[in-house]
Amino acid sequence: MSDRVLGILADSFVQILIPGLTATIPLALISFVLALGIAVVVALVQYARIPVLRQLARLYIWIIRGTPLLIQLYVVFYGLPDLGITLDPWPSAIIVFSINTGAYSAETIRGALESVPAGQLEAGYCVGMTYLQVMRRIVLPQALRTAFPPLSNELISLVKDTSLAANITVLEMLMATQRIVSRTYEALPLYLEVGVIYLIFSTALTWLQGWGERALARRGMERG
Amino acid sequence: MAEVSTTAPILQLAGVCKAFGDAEVLHGIDLAVERGEVVAVLGPSGSGKTTLLRCANLLEHADAGELALDGAHFDLARVTAKEAAEIRRNTAFVFQSYNLFRNRTVLGNVTEGLVVAHRMPKDEAREIAVRCLERVGMADRLDAYPVQLSGGQQQRVAIARAMATSPKVVYFDEPTSALDPELTVEVLGVMRDLAQDGMTMVVVTHEMGFARNVADRVVFMEHGVVQAEAPAREFFDHPANERVRAFLDTVRGSQTLGES
Repeated sequence: MSDRVLGILADSFVQILIPGLTATIPLALISFVLALGIAVVVALVQYARIPVLRQLARLYIWIIRGTPLLIQLYVVFYGLPDLGITLDPWPSAIIVFSINTGAYSAETIRGALESVPAGQLEAGYCVGMTYLQVMRRIVLPQALRTAFPPLSNELISLVKDTSLAANITVLEMLMATQRIVSRTYEALPLYLEVGVIYLIFSTALTWLQGWGERALARRGMERG
Repeated sequence: MAEVSTTAPILQLAGVCKAFGDAEVLHGIDLAVERGEVVAVLGPSGSGKTTLLRCANLLEHADAGELALDGAHFDLARVTAKEAAEIRRNTAFVFQSYNLFRNRTVLGNVTEGLVVAHRMPKDEAREIAVRCLERVGMADRLDAYPVQLSGGQQQRVAIARAMATSPKVVYFDEPTSALDPELTVEVLGVMRDLAQDGMTMVVVTHEMGFARNVADRVVFMEHGVVQAEAPAREFFDHPANERVRAFLDTVRGSQTLGES
């Protein structure tokens, strides 16, 4: 590898990492928190078999899971202005990412809720608790622990998917890389470099996931 | 044996009917339990014993029937959520599969109902919980999670959880069926102590020794009806009818199976 390329890689590392810390990570984290809120509500509505809302939840999941994320970004950012709804890149990205991840996470959490044995709910009733009290204190906490590993996967996916926001002019790591490539014409090393930075982020999250799972296990929730 | 009062029964079930689809499980069951009485409900599998307990505590919705609990009357087919909560706050249930809250410690399992459903201050709840756990011999494991306990230990914690709210009646649904023989003994021992302390208990069980030696009265169910009802000793020594005799013969047969 020539000194020129090494020099470019060294200079660009920080130039790519900064939008990683100011865009990729905050975009993923904010969207994920909102997605979890959506997912819990959408999962509970189905678990509790609330009429109408339950059908709406199925419709939402069907549409979001059945269409590409990139098209969802385009519809919101480039399409909605036709209806007089013009959103900036950041709000567009956060809305789409949270709605998209919310649909997947809702299915994860619904499955986890249904895996909590009926006896847990019955035991709660029998000590005199109401449905809402048992759900909030017993069933939902257990379900979220079961859902922790798959939800961690969804967060890692989301971190990588934020690269799609480059398509709606959010200055995140991929767009920062593209700008350097267009200036230097060193596509291969620079795209590999940004890939490595994503890998570092994913590895850190995987490590956090393992730590989280061990912490949950210490609180009596190891499986099997 | 506990003193049986002559006043109105603390628990009275009348005309309880329940069907699952086409399968009629309970055909108008009547059951009265005196304060401090221990009633063993015996019968072959599928006779409706468990369903009866579950209907009494609203875990199943009875198609018809009435419940009187310490003077309060309820129509089991039309209970509101509020009435169901009131009934459950005054009773307790011990499950075959323990059903301890998996995300709570031993102590947390016992305080949960006191703090959340009975709105008791935490200190007071803890004091009561520790006392109940001492009585079942589990006070040394306050911070353990259910997954770390044996089946017998879990069931003892479940019994402590049931006692903690000072229920008027405790229902036991085959509390030892999932346990090894030596663990069965430890759980039955705890139940015998409770009975001697005057707790009102309705126990669905296959433990004939417990029914004979600890229960005051035996109710024998088959095909969704009460076939016989008698003081415990009399039930075993002088079977009331052919059905009871056949049942006792089967049970004794299974106990002597394999002996030469």
